[in-house]
Amino acid sequence: MSAVTCVDLCKTYRQGEVDIKALDHVSIEIDKGGFVCLSAPSGGGKTTLLNAIGGLDRPDSGEVIINGRRIDNLPKGELAELRLRQIGFVFQAFNLIPVLTARENIEFVMQVQGVPAAERRQRAVEILEEVGLAGLEDRRPADMSGGQQQRVAVARAIVSRPALVLADEPTANLDSKTADGLMELFRELNEHHNTTFVIATHDKRVMSYAKRLVRMLDGRIVDDINQDAA
Amino acid sequence: MHMFVVLARLAWRNLWRNHRRTLIMLAAITLGVWAMIFMTALMRGMVSQMIADGISALPGHVQVHHPDYRDDPSIANLIPRSDTELSARFVDAGFVKWSSRVRVPAVITSEYESRGVTLLGIDPDSERDLTFVDYDAVEGRFLSASDDSGVVIGKKLAATLNTEIGKRVVLMSQDPDNDIADRGFRVIGLFEANVQSFEENYLFAGKATVQKMLRIGDQVSEFVVLGEDYRDVDAEFEKVLQLVDGNVEVKRWFELDPYLGTMLGVMDGFVLVWIVVIFLALSFGLVNTLVMAVFERVREIGLMLALGMKPINILGQIIIESLLLLAIGLALGSALAWATVQPIKDGIDVSIVSEGMDMWGMSSVLYPELLLSDVVLANVVVLVLGFLASLSPAWRASRYEPIEAITKV
Repeated sequence: MSAVTCVDLCKTYRQGEVDIKALDHVSIEIDKGGFVCLSAPSGGGKTTLLNAIGGLDRPDSGEVIINGRRIDNLPKGELAELRLRQIGFVFQAFNLIPVLTARENIEFVMQVQGVPAAERRQRAVEILEEVGLAGLEDRRPADMSGGQQQRVAVARAIVSRPALVLADEPTANLDSKTADGLMELFRELNEHHNTTFVIATHDKRVMSYAKRLVRMLDGRIVDDINQDAA
Repeated sequence: MHMFVVLARLAWRNLWRNHRRTLIMLAAITLGVWAMIFMTALMRGMVSQMIADGISALPGHVQVHHPDYRDDPSIANLIPRSDTELSARFVDAGFVKWSSRVRVPAVITSEYESRGVTLLGIDPDSERDLTFVDYDAVEGRFLSASDDSGVVIGKKLAATLNTEIGKRVVLMSQDPDNDIADRGFRVIGLFEANVQSFEENYLFAGKATVQKMLRIGDQVSEFVVLGEDYRDVDAEFEKVLQLVDGNVEVKRWFELDPYLGTMLGVMDGFVLVWIVVIFLALSFGLVNTLVMAVFERVREIGLMLALGMKPINILGQIIIESLLLLAIGLALGSALAWATVQPIKDGIDVSIVSEGMDMWGMSSVLYPELLLSDVVLANVVVLVLGFLASLSPAWRASRYEPIEAITKV
């Protein structure tokens, strides 16, 4: 079964008097354990597609199916539940809740999921170590660098081992060394835990880690390359 | 439960992310709640004192009279039963504070002046706990027995009559046959009262002496019972109803003086209106604070929604935030009100405006009355209305589309 199936997705935004086609009859299927990069210039539709897959935005037409379940017509509450249980998100910016510490930010999703406190704490500390932030558990976002914040966001996205991780420009605020470290971590999780990754980026280094590279332009898929085979 | 813990933690932290705004709002709520409770305590004290003074003029929470006595409180309308027989029933019933009196209009004459007064023929032993006169504070002495031949009058009346202790005065009224009944009395004591009009209008003589003067045998004008709390006299009322029979009327104090009774009812309503009015002023600040708090956290709320938090939880978080703010303000305001009432609970001297107070039947010392029920009412009203006021910003926050909120600049 595919992790993600999008069938004939269309999404149009109105900007002033102009209609902008963000998604123009997009269809794509991503297997479980896939590591896919969506690449497009700004306004190419990659973020819109990512948001549609994550149930954050509804397409005007077409179907989005996650792990065999159609989600584009689900009510808000069920979509929230799906995101909570099955999908990890990493956004480009404003990723963390400012009033919570690094550890509390990571625990946040697990806490909403109802994971017991002791288990939550242990997993949060372990994942912080894994992303290289051991010792920064009690820092609040305002006291961390952009890179550290992004790693906390990644840790939060993967800590509850979701089947699917959606990342929008995850390395945008990171230096090259940290970005490489992060991508290594993504690949490791992908290979060892069979987590499916869909990453929207125009960072060539990030693209080089992808097993599959999907290029978009003006809301359409124009290229779909299996990089592992290449 | 775990969700509540998450929401409460977020709400608490969010509350303190803008210290200054929260502290200003807390100060406003504290001050508002203090004003609600403190001013209510003053008003309650004023009304209670007015009622207490009114009741002490009646006096008694439950009273038994001839059915026509209230229309014509004269000798013609005495209780048509023997005082001895009815008194025995009251004793058997276990009443602690009760008395029977002769209470008739009369004229008092000194060698200089005459005045119309209310003559109270009393038994000083049973009257001690009921009357507004403090026996020990009487200048001269109070009546010693029911057959005491002296009379105790107010200082103001003494001044009007130009008389003093030791001098004789003549009391004149009517007997049941409408003949003049009069007798000379020696002034044995002068009393002071909180309400000046009491000093002018009431005088005390022994019950047996007055009965003899009026030639009414063993009859009296009224039986009175004092309960523990003037707000709740139903138990005494029912008990007295069981005791008396025949052609008599049993009334509670608020039926005897509808003005006082209505005053108490109006006061309860006024307290609620007062609390609501203050809250309405407060609510503008509260809603504004919450709206601002939501507005500056749009992206954060979008993030939480994107991560899987349900809209209902966002709603809950904002409401908890509001309730926490209100709860702290209520605790501080209630404590402050208590702390400011304590030093003045023994009374505030308002004698500077005593004439005005007297006009309303009030004494010149104001005793604030801090009722638990008023504190609870203020707290409940503020919490309930605060909850309602916070619904709008909370609802607004919960309706955000996650992706629009996250990308909001």
